[in-house]
Amino acid sequence: MTLDATTLPVIFAALMGLSILLYVILDGFDLGVGLLFPLATPEERDRMIASIGPFWDANETWLVLAIGILLVAFPTAHGTILTALYLPVAVMLVGLILRGVAFEFRAKAPLAHKQSWDRAFFCGSLMTSGAQGFMLGMYVMGLDWTLFHVAFAALTAGALTVAYSFIGAAWLILKTDEALQIKAVAWARGGIWGMALGLGAVSLATPFVSTRIFERWFSFPEVVLLAPLPLMSVALIVLLWLSLRHLPSKGDHFAWFPFAGATTLMVLGFFGMGYSFYPFIVPEQLTIYEAASSPESLKIILVGALFVLPMIIGYTVLSYTVFRGKATNLSYDWDR
Amino acid sequence: MDTFLLSRIQFAANISFHILFPTITIALGWVLLVFRYRYARTGLAKWMEAYMFWVKVFALSFALGVVSGITMSFQFGTNWPGFMEAVGNVAGPLLAYEIMTAFFLEAVFLGIMLFGARRVPPWLHILATFLVAFGTTMSAFWILVLNSWMHTPQGYELRDGIVHATDWFAIIFNPSMPYRLGHMLLASGLTVAFLIAGIAAFRRLIGDREESTLTQLRFGLILGAMLIPAQILMGDLHGLNTLDHQPAKVAAMEGNWETGPNVPLLLFAIPDEAARTNHAEIAIPSGASLILKHSADGVVPGLNDFVAEDGTVMHPPVAPVFWGFRVMVGTGMAMLALSWAGALLLWRRGADALPRPFLFATTGMAFSGWLATLAGWYVTEIGRQPWLVTGVLTTEAAVGDVAAPMVMATLMTYLAVYLALMIAYIGVIFHLAKRAAAGKRPTREEPRDAPIPVPAE
Repeated sequence: MTLDATTLPVIFAALMGLSILLYVILDGFDLGVGLLFPLATPEERDRMIASIGPFWDANETWLVLAIGILLVAFPTAHGTILTALYLPVAVMLVGLILRGVAFEFRAKAPLAHKQSWDRAFFCGSLMTSGAQGFMLGMYVMGLDWTLFHVAFAALTAGALTVAYSFIGAAWLILKTDEALQIKAVAWARGGIWGMALGLGAVSLATPFVSTRIFERWFSFPEVVLLAPLPLMSVALIVLLWLSLRHLPSKGDHFAWFPFAGATTLMVLGFFGMGYSFYPFIVPEQLTIYEAASSPESLKIILVGALFVLPMIIGYTVLSYTVFRGKATNLSYDWDR
Repeated sequence: MDTFLLSRIQFAANISFHILFPTITIALGWVLLVFRYRYARTGLAKWMEAYMFWVKVFALSFALGVVSGITMSFQFGTNWPGFMEAVGNVAGPLLAYEIMTAFFLEAVFLGIMLFGARRVPPWLHILATFLVAFGTTMSAFWILVLNSWMHTPQGYELRDGIVHATDWFAIIFNPSMPYRLGHMLLASGLTVAFLIAGIAAFRRLIGDREESTLTQLRFGLILGAMLIPAQILMGDLHGLNTLDHQPAKVAAMEGNWETGPNVPLLLFAIPDEAARTNHAEIAIPSGASLILKHSADGVVPGLNDFVAEDGTVMHPPVAPVFWGFRVMVGTGMAMLALSWAGALLLWRRGADALPRPFLFATTGMAFSGWLATLAGWYVTEIGRQPWLVTGVLTTEAAVGDVAAPMVMATLMTYLAVYLALMIAYIGVIFHLAKRAAAGKRPTREEPRDAPIPVPAE
């Protein structure tokens, strides 16, 4: 395989896809925890924050990498997509700002202000998830602002928000115990329908937006070869639903299952979307080959990426290992 | 107001707000490493207390830096699509390297640095602190490489109006990079030195008798006294470099309209771009010639050289550059005066007997680094106008086609959010200082044996 104008865009599209997927999973559970804030007591909130405290910053960096790859590898697409999504992007950014700073302020500001910062944490998480779901819907609909598209995007905004709260609850089942864990199981049971609705809406809508995508899925033999994707998703949702009826279990067995299941669902959904839209980066308008930067510049980035990405994965694993187990006792203090 | 002007104000607001926090974290990371290492070596509680206090400020500043930085990476696309379309082949790899070599490093090890002290061995905690400091500095390196390239581009060729990289060594080590990087790193060091001294002075004023506070006061003042001469020298070198590569910017900084010898150094003036002259000048004869050319009859470029035959102005707006430069230099002089007076007082009287007026002045200078840094960035960035990338791309050519009311609405939102966060940030730093001065451990609000002593504190 030679690195040229036909292979490099594919490699970078794959890298960007990987970043988006990791972001949606990793920051998905951070945002989900924020969305569940109003349902928790003040003590539980401290514990919920403790479960994501060491990770959220690095998790958000995957968004920076994804948007960075879009920016550097597909500059024309970056401009087209972000100008079309100007307002939801602004809402998301304000949300990310509120969420990120509330994290710090809630514990450092005078105690009397803590509740306000908790509210800001929730609002920030809500604005971010809603805006991301809205952008997902607009993207699927081809970035065209019509009334029907906006209505669909509003639906996906709601669905992604509930889906994030589901994966957030699944994370809490894994990272907490006792009363909070029991509560988290109840939250997950409430949220699983959002996950199902979101996946269903996007999966059903995508083929009808363009005949090209319809052909890709429903012509023979693709329809048979691809059948496992939706079937596995449905089976997984059923399994998740059953497991949530029996959690938390004695000895905390299978506390990992809801989070693993939610992650797998997101991976499946993501591959489905990738399959639908390839080779387009701006749906039905601009392909990754047309939008790509010059091969020389992409090569320079690729060399660095191949060297640095394994290191990033290595120390990310180190961090999750250091903070493994149930989330308790999180403080800056050491030996006292 | 049109989309172009609003987009400029919006980006200026975002980047101004953003740079405040990296300016603190770049140097504070290294200071924390010193505190942490001193504690590991001496076992003295005062070093740990200093670390514990400033690591909170670091975490807060870092979070603000991250979120405002993300905003900017999106605004390249939402408001300035022409930038990446024209120079993406150079800017892209540099930004990618910043994300890959710096952002992940600092974000991941920040978690271990903040919350891992009890979970990892001391060497790993010190290593995590080092990697966070290293990451912030790497980030500064890449972004200043890109910014410097925008001022003094080389190592590229134009094909159909699009920049293509030809020589990455030339791009990275472009002529203004070493000076700009040095100037910014020193600015960060000074900002942190005066912040530490200022907050420690405030704690002394409200009756803090902790030994750690005295150590921090001494540390901040001496660091400031050591860095400020280096910064003045670096600023001079940077100015001479700018004279070589961007003479129009220097002409605006000096408020000099006509090229010629014996150009005075203006201490005060009101530049008038319409009449192309200055009002109410207070000047030191031949001062500018002496500083820029090291001789009284040295020829200094004038703004009138940068007006085309047809009257098109190809130099930056004069007043903001002229005044930004004076605010920066004035703040630097105040820093020199305060820190050297401080060093003298420390030597003569000791840290515990500094006079109250001096402590008041030091508290007042706590955020002086921000003022000088912002003023300096305004000089260099406004001084590059009308270019976004000197000689390659004008700012106007890069702006995106977004409806003006939409830009206005988001601008107002950002400004409101930034203003509120600014007040909260400064308020919280003083709140933390008061709490520390009252000798209250931050965990006091919770029962001592609570399972979770204020998470993410």
